[in-house]
Amino acid sequence: MNNNLKDHLKKSLKQDVRVDGRKKHEHRDITIEKGAISTAEGSARLTAGDAEILAGVKAEVREPWPDTPDAGSLMVNVELLALSSPDFESGRPGIESIEPSRVIDRGFRESGALNLKNLCIKKGEAVYGLSIDIVPLNYDGNIYGLGGLAALAALQDTELPGLTENNTIDYDAEGPAFSLKRKPIPITVYKVGDLLLVDPTDEEENIADARLTITTLDDNKVCSLQKGGSAPLTDEDFEQMLNIAFNTREKLMEALDE
Amino acid sequence: MTLRPDGRKPHETREITAEAGVIKQADGSAKFKIGNTEAVAAVYGPQELHPRHLQNPKKGILRCSYNMLPFSGDGSRVRPGFSRRSEEISHVTTKALEPVVDLTEYPNSVVDVFIELTQTDAGSRCAGICAASMALADAGITMKDMVPAISVGKLNDTLVIDLDGEEEHLDENETPDIPVAMIPRSEEITLLQLDGIVTQQELLDGMSLVKESLHEIADLQRKALKKQYEGVVQE
Repeated sequence: MNNNLKDHLKKSLKQDVRVDGRKKHEHRDITIEKGAISTAEGSARLTAGDAEILAGVKAEVREPWPDTPDAGSLMVNVELLALSSPDFESGRPGIESIEPSRVIDRGFRESGALNLKNLCIKKGEAVYGLSIDIVPLNYDGNIYGLGGLAALAALQDTELPGLTENNTIDYDAEGPAFSLKRKPIPITVYKVGDLLLVDPTDEEENIADARLTITTLDDNKVCSLQKGGSAPLTDEDFEQMLNIAFNTREKLMEALDE
Repeated sequence: MTLRPDGRKPHETREITAEAGVIKQADGSAKFKIGNTEAVAAVYGPQELHPRHLQNPKKGILRCSYNMLPFSGDGSRVRPGFSRRSEEISHVTTKALEPVVDLTEYPNSVVDVFIELTQTDAGSRCAGICAASMALADAGITMKDMVPAISVGKLNDTLVIDLDGEEEHLDENETPDIPVAMIPRSEEITLLQLDGIVTQQELLDGMSLVKESLHEIADLQRKALKKQYEGVVQE
C-alpha cells in the first residue's frame, strides 16, 4: 500500500472519518445466512461491507484422545484462500491463518460453549469430531471477528448426523441433540497511532500498529485474549478496548439472533 | 416411476444461476450454481510469473486451480491441500480454457484462476469451468468465445444431461458420466472425459445431445456478464 494512502487514512481517522464513512468504533452492518451450504452439518454465510465469509461444520466419528476417553473434539481452521485476495498465495498455511484459527478455537474451548462430553458415542472407543472451516470468499479485513462470528453462527446451525450400527456416519439418520451453552464472540480492537478502531477493512489493517482480540461472553465476561502487532498497549488502551469490545458485542448479537 | 429421481426430463439441466463480479478483490470473478453444486472463480493477473524459469517469453500462461472447500463434499470433510484428483481437474480445466484465451500480449506473465467449490452434488468440474470462463471474461482477458461445460450420462440405457449426485450412484458400477466443454461458435470440444461403459453410438448421440445444453449455458453466461453493466447510463 502506498504511503500517501496510509497518511490519508491516518489523517481522516483523527477526524473520526473512515474510508467507508464509518466512525472509529462503528462496526460494519452484518448479515448472516445460516444453512447456506447444503453439504455441511452446519453453515453460515456472513457479509460485512465488501467482506464475505463462509463457515462450515463437518462431523466425523473418531477414536477419543487417550486422556479424554469420553469427550468429542472440535477443530477450527481458517483458510485464507488465494481466491479471496491478491495478498494470499496457495500452499502451506502461514501464521496469518494459523493465528486466527487458534484464537477462534480458544474462544470456543475456554468459554465451555460446547459440552464435548455430549459428543461421546462410546467411551474410549468412538466420539464425534467436529471441524469448523472458515474461508473468506472476498477478504476485507477483520478475520478474527468476522470469522469467529461466522463460526459461531455455523455451530448454532449444526445438526449432528446419525450413526449406523457400526458407529459410522449415517447422513440419513438423525443424530443426538446439539446446542451451545454460551456465545463466545471474538472482537478485535486495533490501535493506529494512539487511536482505537474496530472492524477494520483490508486497507485499515495495513496501517494498524497493534491489535487486541477479546473473546466476549454475556454478563461482561471475557474468555480469551490475544495481543498482536508490534506497538505496546497502555493500561488506558486496555480499559478502552474492553469497553469498545462489549459495545460492539451488542450489535453483533443482534445480527446473530436475527 | 420416472427415469430421473428429481423428475427432470432427459435433456433437462438442473436450475442454473450465474453471476459475474462477485469478488471485489479479484481482477475478475464469477459464481456458477447448478442444482446444489456451486463454484466460485476468481482471476488474478496478468502478473509476472514466479519462479522465472516457468515464464514463456512469447506469451502469458493460464494457470487454473480447482479446489473443494473442506465442507463442500457430501461425505466427510475434505482435507485442505494437495490431492491427485484436484491436480488432475486443475490441469484439464486449464486445457479446456486455454484454446479461447489470447495471452500473446502478456509475455512472461501468468493469469491465475482460482476455482473453489463451496458445495457439491456432482458436476463440479463443469461448474468450475463455467465459472472460470466467466471470470476470465469479467477480468477483461482477450477471449474468442465463452466456454460452457456440462456432463452427459446414461441412466437405464437413456442418455441424460447433467447427472446429479443421486443419479451418479444409481448404477452399482457408477452411472457412465461424460463431462464436456465446448467453444460454442465452432462447436469444438475442449474437455472430454468418460467414466463408465457406453457404446460407440451412445457416444455420438450423447455429443449431439450435449451440444444443445452447452449453447443454452453459454447464453446464460453471456447474459450474466452483461447484467453487470445494465445500470450504466450513456449520454
